[in-house]
Amino acid sequence: MTLNGWAQIALFFALLLVLTRPIGLFMTAVFERRKTFLDPLLLPVERLLYRVTGINPEEEMHWSIYLVAMLMFSAATLFLTYAIERLQGHLPWNPQHLAAVAPDLAWNTAISFTTNTNWQSYTPETTMSYLTQMLGLATHNFWSAAVGIALAVAFIRGIARREMKTLGNFWVDITRALLWVLAPLSLLFALALVSQGVVQNLKPYDSAKLVQPQSVTGADGKVSTVTTQTIAQGPVASQEAIKMLGTNGGGFFNANSAHPFENPTPLTNLLQMLAIFLIPAGLTVVLGEMTKSPRHGWAVFGAMSVLWFAGVAATYWAEAQPNPLLRGADQHVSATQSGGNMEGKEVRFGIANTALFATITTDASCGAVNGMHDSFSPIGGMMPLLNMMLGEVVFGGVGAGLYGMLIFVIMAVFIAGLMVGRTPEYLGKKIEAYDIQMSMLYLLIFPLLILGFTAIAVLSPKLGLSSLTNQGPHGLSEILYAYTSATANNGSAFMGLNANTHWFNTTLGLAMFCGRFLMLIPMLAVAGNLAAKKSVPATAGTFPVTTPMFATLLVGVILIVSLLTFFPVLSLGPILEHLLMHAGRSF
Amino acid sequence: MNTSSNRKTRSLFDGEILRRASFDAVRKLSPIVMMRNPVMFVVEIGSVLTTILLVVDGVRKIGHFGFDLQITLWLWFTVLFANFAEAMAEGRGKAQADALRKAKSETMAVRIVKDDVTEQVPSSKLRVGDIVRVVAGEMIPGDGEVIEGVASVDESAITGESAPVIREAGGDRSAVTGGTRVLSDVIVVRITSNPGETFLDRMIALVEGAERQKTPNEIALNILLSGLTIIFLLAVVTLQPFAIYSGAPQTIFVLISLLVCLIPTTIGALLSAIGIAGMDRLVQHNVLATSGRAVEAAGDVDTLLLDKTGTITIGNRQASAFLPAPGVSSAQLADAAQLSSLPDETPEGRSIVVLAKEKYDLRGRELASLNAQFIPFSAMTRMSGIDIDGRIIRKGAVDAIANYLEKLGNPMPKEVRESVEEVARSGGTPLVVAENNRALGVIHLKDIVKGGMRERFEQLRAMGIRTIMITGDNPLTAAAIAREAGVDDFLAEAKPKDKMDLIRREQAQGKLVAMTGDGTNDAPALAQADVGVAMNSGTQAAKEAGNMVDLDSNPTKLIEIVAIGKQLLMTRGALTTFSISNDVAKYFAIIPAMFAGVFPVLNALNIMHLHSPESAILSAVIFNALVIVALIPLALRGVAYKALPAATLLKKNLLVYGLGGIIVPFVGIKLIDIVITLVHLA
Repeated sequence: MTLNGWAQIALFFALLLVLTRPIGLFMTAVFERRKTFLDPLLLPVERLLYRVTGINPEEEMHWSIYLVAMLMFSAATLFLTYAIERLQGHLPWNPQHLAAVAPDLAWNTAISFTTNTNWQSYTPETTMSYLTQMLGLATHNFWSAAVGIALAVAFIRGIARREMKTLGNFWVDITRALLWVLAPLSLLFALALVSQGVVQNLKPYDSAKLVQPQSVTGADGKVSTVTTQTIAQGPVASQEAIKMLGTNGGGFFNANSAHPFENPTPLTNLLQMLAIFLIPAGLTVVLGEMTKSPRHGWAVFGAMSVLWFAGVAATYWAEAQPNPLLRGADQHVSATQSGGNMEGKEVRFGIANTALFATITTDASCGAVNGMHDSFSPIGGMMPLLNMMLGEVVFGGVGAGLYGMLIFVIMAVFIAGLMVGRTPEYLGKKIEAYDIQMSMLYLLIFPLLILGFTAIAVLSPKLGLSSLTNQGPHGLSEILYAYTSATANNGSAFMGLNANTHWFNTTLGLAMFCGRFLMLIPMLAVAGNLAAKKSVPATAGTFPVTTPMFATLLVGVILIVSLLTFFPVLSLGPILEHLLMHAGRSF
Repeated sequence: MNTSSNRKTRSLFDGEILRRASFDAVRKLSPIVMMRNPVMFVVEIGSVLTTILLVVDGVRKIGHFGFDLQITLWLWFTVLFANFAEAMAEGRGKAQADALRKAKSETMAVRIVKDDVTEQVPSSKLRVGDIVRVVAGEMIPGDGEVIEGVASVDESAITGESAPVIREAGGDRSAVTGGTRVLSDVIVVRITSNPGETFLDRMIALVEGAERQKTPNEIALNILLSGLTIIFLLAVVTLQPFAIYSGAPQTIFVLISLLVCLIPTTIGALLSAIGIAGMDRLVQHNVLATSGRAVEAAGDVDTLLLDKTGTITIGNRQASAFLPAPGVSSAQLADAAQLSSLPDETPEGRSIVVLAKEKYDLRGRELASLNAQFIPFSAMTRMSGIDIDGRIIRKGAVDAIANYLEKLGNPMPKEVRESVEEVARSGGTPLVVAENNRALGVIHLKDIVKGGMRERFEQLRAMGIRTIMITGDNPLTAAAIAREAGVDDFLAEAKPKDKMDLIRREQAQGKLVAMTGDGTNDAPALAQADVGVAMNSGTQAAKEAGNMVDLDSNPTKLIEIVAIGKQLLMTRGALTTFSISNDVAKYFAIIPAMFAGVFPVLNALNIMHLHSPESAILSAVIFNALVIVALIPLALRGVAYKALPAATLLKKNLLVYGLGGIIVPFVGIKLIDIVITLVHLA
């Protein structure tokens, strides 16, 4: 580890800290429908949209109506994307003449983008036409992100409102999230990316002559010489911007943010990482502002920051360690080499910025990668896995991170709240049996999907194990990572697992679907129930949710609940692999 | 907390209770009973499974019989210890119920049929509306209301208080309880409850916990614990496939051990004991709560309504100063005041005599020797006084004396009026003394705030509880006393309706309100309040409206009731936190033990350096069982309670039960491992 590396991590956090409050205050104004500087431009558009669609923006929705509206919207966009994928051969903007996407893969991808997961069982350059990428996938990045933000705002309203039956209007919330938040930010960010060299065109793929021809051994054992390289093109910058801002993470290219056309410079790398955390961090301010307890928002931000820092420190440490299997080789940091484990990392980013990117992308349910997590050291690879296992609540996906975190807040308040001698209450709302029932359900679905599917896969040589390229504990990590990534709606892949099989496309699709929509139902039920409650005024005897003590407690509850659930499987996966590596065995 | 109860309390760990609890622990193994407690029910199922497997393996002569047997035994102990904890908590109540049943013995009652016609009927035949006559030495046959006469009654069977109380027709002291004994005189009682529904019956049911319902918070906590149990069940069930994949499959004994260690057995075992013990602590304070819900609500109270008289101030006012009129010496005023008060047997009158003696060394004089005539207080004159040796001394409220002097052609001096106002402003009651035709000055009668009240209100404030004083005084006086006692607010010139409105106002803001009351006109407010404590000396209506009855009839006890409620909730939270934190150490004991056989490198996780895989698993299971027993005293007594702000309490309890909960099992499991290795159990 180097001072320079730590300084870059510190710089990232300092910038995030500066941006959090302004974006948070702006979003608060947007969702409380107060005046913002974009109103002259956007209000007419908003009014027009409502007039065309016949939406009454003043109509308030009960949580169940809100849920139905959200499900209907998601279903419609899901089928639209599926249709585009299947029909892309007949549609324009397909210079490579790519054929229709196979049904199970099309299905998996449609679910993947609808759920904000962006798990990619396919290689985009050779599977998806420009039209599919733009109209099917990039727009989905906007929609699923807007849905996430709307749900988080609805949950916050549940906490803030008193004795009300409604949580707001879903259509208004997504319209405002799209028009005021996601569209302007994406426009700005895309321009910044283009300025750094990210491509934006509709041209056919380029072909370049190799300076040094390569000999390749084919599957049949014949050796052939390759002299040209195909260089994929496309409307990358526009999709890249929302891919980060919406914590979607689905790369335009297979190599994702490691590809020089997606993430060309250290500056774009920094901007991409900031873009991932920007909206989730801002939503903690929205929480504080809308509940009239700004310090509570910061306490939640603090808890998230602690977990983020622990993750990045552990990953950076693990990746900076010399590889014990290369004993004898000089692995020290010097002017000419970075030291530590550089396998699967881009030289232009280095160890610190790859560890930081990996932590951020798995903390938030983004899933973009600028390095290959499969090539990390066992502990370095466990950290992204662990970040996702926390439930994607460390800033988390846009919206999803905050409402997931708030379920943990309810847990923390309930477990420890009694210790101040009152029945548990959260910002004036009593936490009662129904809230706990729904919150437990939310927390239960998550490990059920991950552990359940992984257990079936590892027991089945035909379905699960045949897709593995590595055996032993590393193989277990690969399957575990896939289901964790899918259920947590992260979408990053560990690599090393061939997920484009019927079994994995189907079960991963199911994990993504349930990991988003099944968990939403109890979450919205809690929000609706909280909104209907009376509010108890705060006194000196009220459980404090604004203090560093509370942030510590929250971190403790998240770690204990998640670690206790996943420690057994982790001990047979990455932990065992780490110990075996030091004993001289690798997989 | 100071107890005002005189009841002979049984120790928590009385031999008799221990013996009975041991039997009950076994009786509670019935699955129908166990199902009420999902966490422990899972342990019981696990125990049954291992027992069956043990027998099967024994017959087939496979497995580690010694190890498997020990695991099975300790699993059963875990269940038994949990049952024992609950039985212990119920024990003291059951013993108390037995004592109460003795008071319920059948008696013969004299029922008045018509005018002078009476008949003898057994008490169990009495119905609501029957009228009975009870004479000195007889047991009152049922709950009722005195409609004629006045008597002293020994209520020690109910309250434990041996001093007799007065019960009389009309007013707020008319309620009598079946099973108490009339000591003097004769009373006629109208029966107000049918046999089986009497206060004594309800009391027996309550202390025995027969109708105990789970409280709302207990239900919520049970859901949380069940949810955690399912999550851990999932973690353990899926561990076997991962173990098979890794080439290290586990035995059922080991998997069930891991499961039982992970699920929150500690709090699961003690949860109902904590609730029962909380109710029991109230009973030890001579307070009966009609439901556990009321005890929980007590912990949540935001606003306490306290009557001034008898709660904040001692019941009577006392003379505190003499303020003479111009040209009159203090001693002169004191002398006249004392003379006029000599025959006055009221506490106020006596306090005037005492003050004069203390301040001016004026001895009380024998009235008989002085040829004096006492003028008693009358509603007409609203003055009292004395005519002695030609001196005509009168004392009374300012307007009464002013009227009196006016008639004699002498207006009240301005200075005296000023003194009067000064006294009123400071919260006192002014009495003006006049001799012959002139005013001598003012006696300052003062409300005496009970010792230590200011500190208690400060503690309550620190915990976020607001106290509101209720008084019939004028706002000026009320404000002064409120200031002196340190209450947060007051309601002056309060009528029953004002009290009700105040409660509604507070509740509309989401606050929980507690109050005490005894009169029939308190009943609506008692019913409206979240915690309504009726005085046992009060009317039947009040007792039925409230959700608690204080057998000592001590209104200050409301503060203790709140403390007991808070302590109950804190104990629940502390043990939940402790229970969940415990799991960290258990993982470090069991996971390496499970897999170190196949992967010796995993011994790196054996940070406690436990002796062998068997000893490690056994130690974790034994620790898990013994910690239940070790925590029974804490569950029954409640965690240490101090009136502190929530933030301080949270910090303190998180350190003790959260951090402590992580550290303690590391030490405990290591110690058990050393012991069982020494005695070669594993």
